[in-house]
Parts: sequence; structure tokens; C-alpha cells
Amino acid sequence: MTKLYNEPSPLETRVLTKRFGLPNSASLDTYLATDGYVAIRKAIEMTQDDVINEVKASNLRGRGGAGFPTGMKWGFVPRSSPKPKYIVVNADESEPGTCKDRLLMEYDPHQLIEGMMIAGRAVDAKAGYIYIRGEYRYLIDIMDKAIAEAYQRGYLGKNLFGSDFSFDCYTHTGAGAYECGEESALLESLEGKRGVPRIRPPFPAVVGAWQCPTILNNVETFCAVPPIIRDGGAAFAALGVPKAGGTRLTCLSGHLNKPGVYELALGFPLDKMINEVGGGIPNGRKLKAFIPGGSSCPILTAAECEGLTMDYDSMANAKTMLGSGGVVVMDDTTDMVKVALRIMRFYAHESCGWCIPCREGTAWLRKILTRFVDGMGTKQDINLIGDLAHNMLGRTFCPLGDAAALPTISIVEKFRDEFEAYLARTTVSIPVQSDLPVLQPGM
Amino acid sequence: MAELVSLTIDGRTVQVPPGTLVIDAAKKIGVEVPAFCYYEGLSLQAACRMCLVEVEKMPKLMAGCTLPVAEGMVVRTETPTIAKARKSTLEFLLTNHPLDCPVCDKGGECELQDMVFRYGAGESRYTEIKHHVDEKQWSPVVYFDAPRCILCYRCVRICDEGMGVGALGVINRGVVSEIAPNKTDHLECDECGMCIDICPVGALTSGAYRYKTRPWEMQHVGTICTHCSNGCKTTLGVRNNEIMRGDNRDQSGVNGEFLCIKGRYAFDFYHHQERLQSPLVRKNGKLEPVSWKEALEAAAARLKAARDAGSKIGVIGSTRTSNEENFYLQKFARLGLGTNHIDHHRTGDVVTLLDALSGQKDALATTADLYEKPAIVVLGADLALEHPLLSFQIRANFRHHQARVYAVTEKPVREDKYAAAAIRCDAAGELAALETLREKLANEPELVIVFGDTVKGDAVRKLVAFGSSLGKPVKYVALVDYSNSRGAMDMGLVPELLPGYRPSGQTGMSAGEMVASGDLDMLYIVGANPLEGGQPLGGKPFVIVHEMFLTETAQAADIVFPASSAYEKNGTVTSVTGEVQQLKKAVQAMGTKPDLEILGLLVREMGLAAQIGPWTPDKVFQEIRETVPGYNMPLPVIATGGAVQTAPVNGRIEVDARPDLVRSSRDGLFTSGTLGRYSKVLNSVVEGRHHT
Repeated sequence: MTKLYNEPSPLETRVLTKRFGLPNSASLDTYLATDGYVAIRKAIEMTQDDVINEVKASNLRGRGGAGFPTGMKWGFVPRSSPKPKYIVVNADESEPGTCKDRLLMEYDPHQLIEGMMIAGRAVDAKAGYIYIRGEYRYLIDIMDKAIAEAYQRGYLGKNLFGSDFSFDCYTHTGAGAYECGEESALLESLEGKRGVPRIRPPFPAVVGAWQCPTILNNVETFCAVPPIIRDGGAAFAALGVPKAGGTRLTCLSGHLNKPGVYELALGFPLDKMINEVGGGIPNGRKLKAFIPGGSSCPILTAAECEGLTMDYDSMANAKTMLGSGGVVVMDDTTDMVKVALRIMRFYAHESCGWCIPCREGTAWLRKILTRFVDGMGTKQDINLIGDLAHNMLGRTFCPLGDAAALPTISIVEKFRDEFEAYLARTTVSIPVQSDLPVLQPGM
Repeated sequence: MAELVSLTIDGRTVQVPPGTLVIDAAKKIGVEVPAFCYYEGLSLQAACRMCLVEVEKMPKLMAGCTLPVAEGMVVRTETPTIAKARKSTLEFLLTNHPLDCPVCDKGGECELQDMVFRYGAGESRYTEIKHHVDEKQWSPVVYFDAPRCILCYRCVRICDEGMGVGALGVINRGVVSEIAPNKTDHLECDECGMCIDICPVGALTSGAYRYKTRPWEMQHVGTICTHCSNGCKTTLGVRNNEIMRGDNRDQSGVNGEFLCIKGRYAFDFYHHQERLQSPLVRKNGKLEPVSWKEALEAAAARLKAARDAGSKIGVIGSTRTSNEENFYLQKFARLGLGTNHIDHHRTGDVVTLLDALSGQKDALATTADLYEKPAIVVLGADLALEHPLLSFQIRANFRHHQARVYAVTEKPVREDKYAAAAIRCDAAGELAALETLREKLANEPELVIVFGDTVKGDAVRKLVAFGSSLGKPVKYVALVDYSNSRGAMDMGLVPELLPGYRPSGQTGMSAGEMVASGDLDMLYIVGANPLEGGQPLGGKPFVIVHEMFLTETAQAADIVFPASSAYEKNGTVTSVTGEVQQLKKAVQAMGTKPDLEILGLLVREMGLAAQIGPWTPDKVFQEIRETVPGYNMPLPVIATGGAVQTAPVNGRIEVDARPDLVRSSRDGLFTSGTLGRYSKVLNSVVEGRHHT
């Protein structure tokens, strides 16, 4: 039994994670014994349009954060272009709170490879690159081993399964930049250049890696493809809500009794997710704030969370985003000013420096928030923080500026009293921090 | 031509080709959309976020520099929302900016200052400590002050795309991102200073200019660089009769935005401490300073006596003096001194080219042709080092028009990097190598062939025959070395030709023969250094020299007149492509006179004034326009700083063109004949190279 980071929950819908926990789940034999490489054989028999239509029918939306319909994205690739086409996997999982892609690669690398192959089959691409964040060094070994095994046993390479379909697969390491999770910066980095975003349009589907048409999706998106082709798009769509099919790997962290990565059907009730899947908030404390999908999302208050479900539309109605699946639960011991600082420190550190509002704005906000937490804030600072964040919003070159601005704006607006309490230097009733459970293998 | 796209900008309708960017469409109707990083001709950056505009039906502000126009688009460039966005962007920019405008070289002509003046806040809300980095010197001419930098990447792009050097990049990320040089702590590059010129703020400053003056204290004199033959306009910043800097401020010359190290910095020879400031006459074997009167009288007496005695007089002219001076010199020699021993250092076989092109129309390329024509052949020259503007034009042509470039050279050249074909051959083996490209070249719709001094004589004829055999329009450039090498030829500073390539019908000694001659009685040399190699004169002629410095030749003279440099006189010069441009006097160097004036005074002293004519530049230029074929160009264009290509006589030139005398000095980026020795900047760069 491969050790898991957390006990599975009976409330999960295990489609992408169905091999998690099986003995040698990363091995080709285990994969083959559990419907592995069935979908690609099927895809080779299908027409390219049928493959794309099946993905469209699944209502699969990109799992990286933006939630763009995957089938539509694949349809943008000009298949008649004389240029080679490429498949690129965004495995630069860096969004704070998100830790699902690593498990998909660690426990089931072949599922990702098969997903890439199907994408390759759909758009006539003959090579795929897995861009893995530098900090996930150990995953490169796992992926490389799986790729080598696939080559050895004839699941990668030339004329696969007796057809004219050929596919090569490579891993590539990032160098530790959050910005390289942005697709165009990722492509720059993949090409060996400085990881800064490109001007879009053109989008990668038309002009991507080495100026060639490229399908670029998140790990989880590609991993959803083999089940879709194998069992049909309709079956996958039926798992979720009308406009978004399937499941999401949801990474529960923060003040929870049972943090971990759980595969939940889209539209899963938020309340049930916290209290049943995540085992509730420790020590009977109350929910104070909620990050639905990584630190880039506007933060919700407990009141705002009521009645929400974990899907794109529900979150959009609550003026936030489903994001990358990184759920962070914060109880009433949480100091929201420190949360704002923690988030801004991250973005100031990760701003690539390309455009002015993000480069200067994140650094300035970090300085103000640091000063604030140190007890040297002023009343004007509170408005200034909100104002500066608004000045970044929508004005930056890539979404990183928005990602820094949105949570900051939401914290200042929704938890203004905590900022004011810092000014008053009164003993705010912020209780001592409870010990946080830490994610560890075999927990 | 595709249909035009119609859109509305600030309430006005404008029609532009599809694909035009909103920022360019706005410019077309005189609306300036402010931007730091956008720079016409360079790749798009969209990093500064100053050009944000409102577009109807778009949910947020759009960057005008990357947004292509669309039919019916409605754009607004000045609204309260936009003003607020620009104000906030400038506020961000100024957070870590040192605001040291009072001591910054850029103060007064800084785009950041202008932008803050227009859109910025009166006071700062930034109360944190600024991020500071110490200033760095990257080369003798390039200094970098990181805190002033706004990271618009113009320098990175001009160095990479414009110059083909790529010596600048970015290190670190986020707020501590910094422009950095290719050798970690210093630059190894062309030292062209393009990065400094293109910097919108005072981050990159010039080692030659920094902390010397305020921009508004200078007068700006647009004149032509005196070094290589490319004819770049350099705008000299002058304060109190001192040249403070050279740049291409108004970008009105044939060089547009381009200048190399020579045009930008190597004016500095003009105040070298060894500059001659008084006439010298040899007394008791030693050159002694004397008055102008004494020197002129002595020279006139010797010349008159020699002429009247029928002595052998040789005259050697310069490749840097103006057309007027060259014309006047040959007139003085031929009419005043009655000699046809007149020559100059020939650096390209222009005569054979013109003769071979007899009957062909428009067969001489202009500087602009190198940027516009679809295919360029570079034959036997390292343009990036020897003719940097031509190299720049070809690179820009490749970038903007995907020109096919063919490099046929002895050694690897910068053009190789983007050439459609790069072929190596022995010197003088260019034509054979070119033959291998016949098929490709025949498929080109039009062609420009640029060739160096190894292609001369018969080779030039064969080259033209090759070009004609392609059956396509072909234009040529015969490369020559210095700022008026071409003009010296045009003005007949050779025995066999009168001005305008009319055969003189007489023989005469070449410059080399004059120097070696054992029976020459007098040698009159204007701004040339034929004894540069240290070889002695063959005989014992009486030598009169016009010079700026005591060169080897001046040291051998009996009378030396201190001459003005090109930056101290008016006149015209003719570039390598035959484009005539105006020299404008920027300063007066103490004790010197322009060569034309020295000649004129001598003519007067000899009583020849009525015969040889007046000696003011405008009068002589008028005479050139009236008498020299190809030079009857519209005066207003020249007088307002424009360039006109001469159309030399189109017919056979029935003389021996003496290709054996053609020899280029092959000056590189940091040398410039004898003159280069006296430029501290050029020398400092060369020295710098030795230490690293």
C-alpha cells in the first residue's frame, strides 16, 4: 500500500484519484490493470473532431484556475497549420494553498501521460512537455521513470499500437518562479528564456511553444481526459453541475481537523466540505474567512460562505473564484492583517518585475503591511492599501497583479475593523493561535 | 493593399491599414498616447502601462501599444479614468525613484519628468524606505544608475534588435529587477551609446557628458560626423564654445535614430591638448609658431616662385574636408599652381563602378534603400565594424521587412546571424563565391549590392555584369572610408579627373608617387597624413601642410597651417552612398581656420583671387552646383539639413581609374585613421579592452 498524505473520504467521487492508494500505483502494470491506456487506443480509432467533441461534451473546464472550457481551447488549434504542434503540461503548481497536481503525478503519472497523448492525437501533436516547478524536484524522477517505462513497453514513441500515431514526452524543470505558472511565461521559460509573460493574443493555441500551435493545460485537466474518452464525455459531465462537468481535486488546508486533497464532484456543498470532508474546524472554533481556490481569490467571510457550492458559477455569484482548488479555511483565531501581509509577501516576492503596477505595487503594499503589523500603521494607510490594490487591479500585464490585488481588496473591505484595531493598539480579542495540523505522508 | 480600417479616436475618425496599433493610429491624427516602453521599430513590451486607453465595449482599460485597430472601434485616450490610471502608474514608478532630478543629466529632457508634470501627483504617498542600488560604471562611456531606471527595456531591445549586439539583459526579479551588462560588471559591446540615447530617464548616462551641463544651457547644432563615410547626422550640444555631447536628438539625418561611438563621442579630438593653435614655420630646422600673416606670406612667396619657375608641385587633398574645400583646392592646384599632380587617399573604386553603370538609371543605392529593398548582398566588408550605419539599416530591414541578406565575406560577420546565406571566401574571391548564389539572387525582385575595397577594377565590371545578368533592378554601393572620401573623388582630387568625373586629359602623380618622388619641388598637403607609416619623403620638396595636429606629415613640413575640424566649419560633405549633406559650424577652435579660408587667404596673398574666385562656403557651393554634374541639387533641402543623393554623370568615364591605388584603411569601430589617435573616448575604449 502506497502511503497517502491523508485518508480518503467516503464523500469523494474518485475518478482521477481512483488509483491513489493502490500498491505501486505509479507503475505501468498497475495502470494497465486499472483501465490504463485504454482511452488512447480508443482515441486513435476516433476522428480528431470526435475526440475534441467528446472533451467538449464532458464540460471539462481548465483546472489551473481560470476555468476556460478545455474542449473549446483544443478547438482553437489550427490543425491545418504546417508547423509542428505541441502539448505542454503546466505542472508549475505554485498557487498558495494548492497541492493536487503533485499527487496526480506522484501516484498516477501514466494517467497524465495518457491525457497528453490523447490531446496530441486530437490536434496532431507529436511531442509533449511537462513543465514541473523546480521545487517539485522529486516528481521529475517519478515522471521520468514513468516515461521511460512507457517507452520501454511501447506506450510512447513511434507508431503506437500499430497505428500511425507517434508521441514523445519530456519533462522540463522550472527554476522557482510563480510567474512561470502563467502559461505564456511558462512557454518562455520552457524555451530557455527569462520567465516573463508574453503579449496575448496570440494565445498559445495558435502561437505557443517555439511559435507553434500548442495545447497548454493544467495537470489535472490532462488527467481528466483519459476517463472522459474511456467512459464518454456525458458520463463525466453528469458528475458535476450543468456548466461544469466532473470533479475537482480540492486541497483542504488551514484550520481543519482533516486537511488533505479530496476529489469532490463539482457543486459539492461548501459547508459539507468543511465540516464532513475536512472534519470540521478544530476545538469547536468558528469559521472566520475562507479562500475558495488559492491565494489569488477574493476572500469570503463566514457569512458569505453560507449556502455556497464548490463550482464556478456559485463562486462567481459570491464575487470570488473557484480558482485552482486550494481551499484555505481560517478560524476566528486568525489575524486577517497578518493574512493580508502573508499573501502580499508572496506576491511581492514572486512578481516578475515586467510591468510597473505589479512590480512596484506589490512591493509597496508589502512594506505598508509589514509596517502595519509592526504597529506603525496610520489611519490613512488603511485607505491607501485599498487604493493601491485598486490601482493595480486590471492594469497589469498579466493576471499576477490582479492575483495580488483581489485578496488584498477583499481583506481590507471585509475586515477593516481588524486594521483599525491595530491602530487602536487595544488588545483585540484575537485568541492565541491554535496548533495547526501539518500535512505529512502517512498521516 | 488591404482595405483600410476605420475607427474613432477621441471623437475623430481615422483610417489606417489593418493590424495598425491603436497608439500608432492615434499618432496619425496627432494624438499622443503617452508611453515609456513603446518605441517605434522595436518589439512590443507593454510593460509600462502608461498607454492605457478606453475602448468602448471593453471591460477594462486596454494597452494602446499592443491593441490592433478594429473596424468601428471607439477609443478615448484622455478621460478621468485614464488620467487616474496614469497618475497611479506614475506614483508606482516614483516609489523607488530617487527623485534626484536637480543633479540628474536627464533633467529637462526626461520623459519621466514630462509625464509626471502632465499626469502625476503633486505629492507622494510613499513614506517607506526606497530601494537603493549604487551607481555602476559599465564602460568608459556607459554608466548605470539603477534606482532611476523604470525598466522599460528600451536599452535591452535597442542593443539586441537594433545593434545586433545583445549586451544588455535583466537580472533578479520583481522590485529588485535590474538591467545588467553582458560581462557581469562591465560591458563588452560596440560602445555605441544607443542605450543611453534611448533611455527615457537618467538611468543610463554617458561617461563623456555626465554632470557637465544642463540640457537647456546648450545650443544644438546638427552637423555631419567627420569619421566614417556613412554620413550620420550628429547633433552637437554646445555651451560656451565647447561641445558637451553628440547625439541624434532630432533624428532628422539619414541615420535616423542611429549613431555609433564615433558620432556620439569621438568629437572630443577637437579639444585635444596637442591641437595646433598657431601657424608654424620651420626656422633653423625647427617648426616655430608665427603669425598668420608671416606664414601666409612665406607660403605665398614660395608657391608663387615655384609656379613661376615651372617647378614640380604636388597637391594631396583630404578625405574629411568639405566638398567646397576640395573643389577649391583642385581649382587652386590646376589654375593657380598650374599642376595636375593632385590626389587623395582612394578607399573604394567609385570611378570604375560609375563607368560600369554607364547608361543604367537609379543604380546607386541610398542609405534608405538598405532599409527598404527586399534583398541585400554584402560583399567583402565587415559592415558592423567598418560601416555601422549601413549595418544598422540592413538589420532593421531584416527585422521590419524580412529582407534577405547575403553575406559573402572573408571572415564571419554580424550579418551572418540573420543572413539568408553566409559564404566565406578569400579576399578578392568574392565574385566566384557570389556566383554560387546566382539562382537565389535571380529570384529576388530587387537587389542592393554593397562591396568593399577588395572588389575593384575588373572585378567591379564583372560584378555589374553579374548584377545586370540577373535581369532585376540592382543598386550598388562602393564602400569608401571617411566622411568625404566620396566627395574628394566627386570634386576631382585625382589627376585623371576634373570635378564631376570629367577626364582631365592630363597625367599626374598619385599621392604615393608624390611622396616617393625624388624630384618634386613642392608638396602641398591639406588634411592628409601620407607619411603615417613613418616612411620618409623620396626627395626634398618644400612642404606646406594644413593640419589639426602635428602628425608625421606635419612634422616633416616647412610651413604648417592650423586647420579647423569639420565641427568648426560650414560646408557640405558627400556620404558613401553619394548623399550630400550640410556641415554646420558648432564651435570655433582657438587659432584655427577652415581649410577653405586658409586656401582663400593664400589665393589672395598670391594675387589669384580674381582667377580662383571667392572662398566662402556658400559661394563655392553655388559654383559647384552650377559647374559640377550631379551637384545641381535643391539648395533648400541641403540648407535645412536634408540629404540629396548626387546623380553623377551617366556615361562612360574614359580614364584609367587606377584601381591599384584603391586601399581601404579598414578602420574598425574604435579607430578612425590618424584622427582616431586624438579621441580620448576611442582610446579609452581600446585601452579598456586590453585590461579585460
